[in-house]
Amino acid sequence: MTLRRGIFLSGVAVLCAWTLVPIWLITLGAIGGRAAVDSWPKSFGLGHASLETLASFLRIDGVLGSALTSVEVAVLCMIFSIALGAPAGYALARYAFRGATTYRLMILLTRAFPVGILALPLTVGFIHLGLYDTAIGVALMHTALALPFAVLVSASLFQAIPRELEEAAWVFGCSPVTAFRRVVLPLALPGIAATSIFAFVISWNEVFAASVLTVRHRTLTAYLLAVLSESPLHVQFAGGLMLIVPSVLFIFLVRRHLFSMWGIANR
Amino acid sequence: MADIRIDGIRKAFGPVVALEKVELHVADGEFLALLGPSGCGKTTLLRIIAGLETQTEGRILIGGRDVSTLPPRARGLAMVFQNYAVFPHITVRDNVSFGLRMTGADSARIARQVKRAAELLHIEPYLDRYPAQLSGGQRQRVAVARALAIEPAVLLMDEPLSNLDALLRLEMRAELKSVLREAGTTTVYVTHDQTEAMGLADRIAVLHAGRIQQLATPAEIYSHPATRFVGGFVGSPPMNFCELEAQAGHVQLGALRLEAPQNGPVVLGLRGEDVEEVAPDQGFPLTVTVAEPMGSHTLVTGTLAAHRLRVVVPASRLPAPGETIHLRPLPGRLRWMHATTGAALEMS
Repeated sequence: MTLRRGIFLSGVAVLCAWTLVPIWLITLGAIGGRAAVDSWPKSFGLGHASLETLASFLRIDGVLGSALTSVEVAVLCMIFSIALGAPAGYALARYAFRGATTYRLMILLTRAFPVGILALPLTVGFIHLGLYDTAIGVALMHTALALPFAVLVSASLFQAIPRELEEAAWVFGCSPVTAFRRVVLPLALPGIAATSIFAFVISWNEVFAASVLTVRHRTLTAYLLAVLSESPLHVQFAGGLMLIVPSVLFIFLVRRHLFSMWGIANR
Repeated sequence: MADIRIDGIRKAFGPVVALEKVELHVADGEFLALLGPSGCGKTTLLRIIAGLETQTEGRILIGGRDVSTLPPRARGLAMVFQNYAVFPHITVRDNVSFGLRMTGADSARIARQVKRAAELLHIEPYLDRYPAQLSGGQRQRVAVARALAIEPAVLLMDEPLSNLDALLRLEMRAELKSVLREAGTTTVYVTHDQTEAMGLADRIAVLHAGRIQQLATPAEIYSHPATRFVGGFVGSPPMNFCELEAQAGHVQLGALRLEAPQNGPVVLGLRGEDVEEVAPDQGFPLTVTVAEPMGSHTLVTGTLAAHRLRVVVPASRLPAPGETIHLRPLPGRLRWMHATTGAALEMS
């Protein structure tokens, strides 16, 4: 028992280190200033912590604006992914239709096209449609990337909700729409929330499509890629930290919310 | 309150026929059990009555109103599902009041009927809990209370006790019977458990391969099975069958010469408890292979020529394996069936 517990704990430690050490190093680089980045051996403590680099990073022209664009794009991507993905997932979960299996496969195949190949036709197409260099254009592209995930995850979410619950709702006076709203939706909501957060994070982190499809209205990732390649290392670290923090925070906040809902974690 | 008329209901899933032209009438306030092995179509029939499944042909009338094309919510019925289907995200109180709230009942009526249903099923202490905090038996009660709270004209139950352990099942069975008698609800109850059907129902419809084999009172089903299938399905132990050859209107069974309804091959059906032990020249011999003392009686398995029989003898008697006992059927308790169709034959 103690051996198993030991293996378990060391497994947990390794996984934590795997995720946390890089984040910690980036943080050190960001707040330690030039000295911390250049020093060797690395110190893991907060030596000369200062928010000076972060502050000067935020003062870089266009950072705040592109951060706002990033949020806008990510929120749009989140809305599009759920609006399109959840109904598709529901259909996959509840109805047996011809070609359902093929459909599942095709959804995954959309991820098989390299964005690099699509970049030129997409750019040309978006220019024609007037979507080039707009938040909505990038959001549509990001939706395409997040959608397979949204469809398949919400399909399994709906599949996990017993059909009898819906049938019971129908018998006890619900129309299909009210049954969905009163029974299925509340049960699927934590999962849908998680799916939408993932869509947000996919969009927030995406850099290639965002770089190709925008010129002036860059997302934060695209903007940093363009601006920071010439900057000193500690400023790059500051930029990295600014990119990581929202994703981590968002997932962390929602995670607590997800688990507390209806005691799903205790099941 | 309402009666249910099932008028020529047929259901096919593609090439597979689940129900063949079923005709059935459930009287107002009656408790009818649909009994049959799995895959016989009993659940499909129940779901068609509920409107959860669409019939291929035929009509359903509830209280004289044709509901065949109505959605479930417009049929004026309640249902208890096999896995209870209690909504996990709302409290027991909200579960029980769900149907009433959906029909827009006023809060006084909701409170009154929820209280009544909760009292009837003894779930008042749990009303503010969530279903996840309840045991299987308690959830089952919630499902029944939710169904009774709307005071339905018709109550449909799909194997509601099959997920409970044996002791709880026995307890819930007795309770259900008294609760439903008090409510006076027309009930259709699907089960594969013949003791449940026998104990609860006013009448039983035995289904097999999409057809109603027999529709009668439990006593009638037990003592006068309409087909060989019914005799073999109902009763524990099931009815014994012997394929015999009748000549000149009689069959020979050991020392017994029994009058048969027709000449040629016939099937003799005999309930295990419808025999008495007699002197060697008065009955047929049974070579005992196993004797199981059951407390109230002894269950004896043995062979008679090529036939395997299960009979019941008094608890005081415990024959040894290999021993031959002599038995005689009780007068009037023999059943005859057609050798190929399995249909019951009456003495002319």
